[in-house]
Amino acid sequence: MSARGTEAPESPTVVTMAEKRSTRAVGVGRVLIAVYAILALGATARSVVQIATKFDTAPVAYLLSALAGVVYIVATVALLNRGRTWYLVAWITISFELLGVIVVGLLSVVDPALFPADTVWSFFGRGYLFIPLLLPVLGIVWLLRTRSAVEAA
Amino acid sequence: MIEWFTTAQVVVAVAAGLLAVILGLAGRLPNDLVLGAAALVELLLIAQVVVALVAPAVGNAPTGSGLEFWVYLVSAALLPPLAVFWALVERNRWSTVIVGVACLAVAVMLYRMGQIWFVQVA
Repeated sequence: MSARGTEAPESPTVVTMAEKRSTRAVGVGRVLIAVYAILALGATARSVVQIATKFDTAPVAYLLSALAGVVYIVATVALLNRGRTWYLVAWITISFELLGVIVVGLLSVVDPALFPADTVWSFFGRGYLFIPLLLPVLGIVWLLRTRSAVEAA
Repeated sequence: MIEWFTTAQVVVAVAAGLLAVILGLAGRLPNDLVLGAAALVELLLIAQVVVALVAPAVGNAPTGSGLEFWVYLVSAALLPPLAVFWALVERNRWSTVIVGVACLAVAVMLYRMGQIWFVQVA
């Protein structure tokens, strides 16, 4: 595995564990994954509540929220796992998130009537401290940094 | 929800979160201080569960969606144990940061719970 993107080993056992489990769940990448997991939980739970209680008021917005939640879950899993396939899955889901937050963010600013209810991505993730906008960018940086580890695997 | 209790809880969660993030970035492994702070955040969340169960019965009902409130509260209460579990399984500086991030997320969720309970725009 490449030296790039990994921390200086704090203890030998830790590094062995990380290598066994994933090439991406190392160093600061763990924090990224933890934030993904929290956002996945938050977005999915919220959309379940919205769909269960007031689906009729804004079906498109709520379905989009649910889709975003599911994509965050898949991205979290893809970042946790190792290998080429998961690496590709991580790329697809993270790019989808970036596209989603930019497109929906722009649309909600230009024409707020399109999204009568808030989604994770409305106004570039304003309701979530802009984390949805920041996270895919950090995710892509992280994927680029761990790329050589995947090719070696 | 009790307003002063919720405010105090947000302050504690932010303090615990900043403490763990700073110690983690400084390279500390998860120690008793960090895990204890996370335990305190969790303890207050459990107290909040009791408060939220009792409050409606004594005339202090949420002004917003009770379901939404509970989804937030249950999700928030899951975060510190998961982060602490992670810190116990994998002992390095980044798991200290993760405990901090979880506590900060709890603070944000508590703030949102406060809005649901006390403030309704619509």
